[in-house]
Amino acid sequence: MENKVKLELMSKSSNEAFARIAIAAFVSQLDPTIEEIADIKTAVSEAVTNCIIHAYEEKEGIIYVTCILKNREVTIEVQDNGIGIENIDMAKEPLYTSKPELERSGMGFTIIDSFMDEMKIESIVGMGTKVTMKKTIK
Amino acid sequence: MNIKYDEVDKLLTCQITEEIDHHTTEKIRRILDDEIERYIPKRIVFDFDKVSFMDSAGIGMILGRYKMIRMLGGSVEMINVKSNVRKIFEMSGVHKIIQIN
Ligand SMILES: Nc1ncnc2c1ncn2[C@@H]1O[C@H](COP(=O)(O)OP(=O)(O)OP(=O)(O)O)[C@@H](O)[C@H]1O
Ligand SMILES: [Mg+2]
Repeated sequence: MENKVKLELMSKSSNEAFARIAIAAFVSQLDPTIEEIADIKTAVSEAVTNCIIHAYEEKEGIIYVTCILKNREVTIEVQDNGIGIENIDMAKEPLYTSKPELERSGMGFTIIDSFMDEMKIESIVGMGTKVTMKKTIK
Repeated sequence: MNIKYDEVDKLLTCQITEEIDHHTTEKIRRILDDEIERYIPKRIVFDFDKVSFMDSAGIGMILGRYKMIRMLGGSVEMINVKSNVRKIFEMSGVHKIIQIN
């Protein structure tokens, strides 16, 4: 079984809820548990919010969210053409945030890493960032 | 948001009635800060019974209000926190700073 959906979103905070609900609805065809769906919703929300706050710094931009289902494995890619990440290892550190003045806690990547089975971050400064996350539905 | 203030105990109860993310925290933060400044409560209780979703935006929002209330000499607790929300507070260590009942 293979299935795929692709969303293109304007970088607006009101789209955060739409993105996580749309992906959760798509994944629901695999009959996940309530906890698995909650984990996926949170991970999508973290990655999309990062595009809005960090990649585009609350300015205009497009966010691409792709979700692929292959047997019981869910792969979600969240991509932006924003400012990019200079030091990915540092960005992944729990509690590291470049925007403490916005009351950010620096836990987004740590949450994705722990709620999903796999997380991969690819980024080029000035070009953009792609976060790929995978989770197998039991 | 449902806000209740008990004059005698100087207790402010804030029931948050929506999902907590980057989009909604801007409004929630504004309402809470206004209420806290108005009453200067001795105790504040955040009721999460109606919060079905929260991401990392909630951590910063709650810690920010905690700092403000502590500076004014009050105490903070959270009640009715659902398991998916609790997981996020526990992962970030918030449960060690603010009591979750
Ligand atoms: N899409 C992105 N583009 C550019 N920089 C990013 C992107 N995503 C994350 N970052 C950088 O990585 C850091 C860590 O991200 P993370 O989501 O872990 O924390 P945060 O967003 O700062 O805080 P929180 O998610 O807890 O509110 C950010 O502060 C930012 O500097
Ligand atoms: Mg983040």
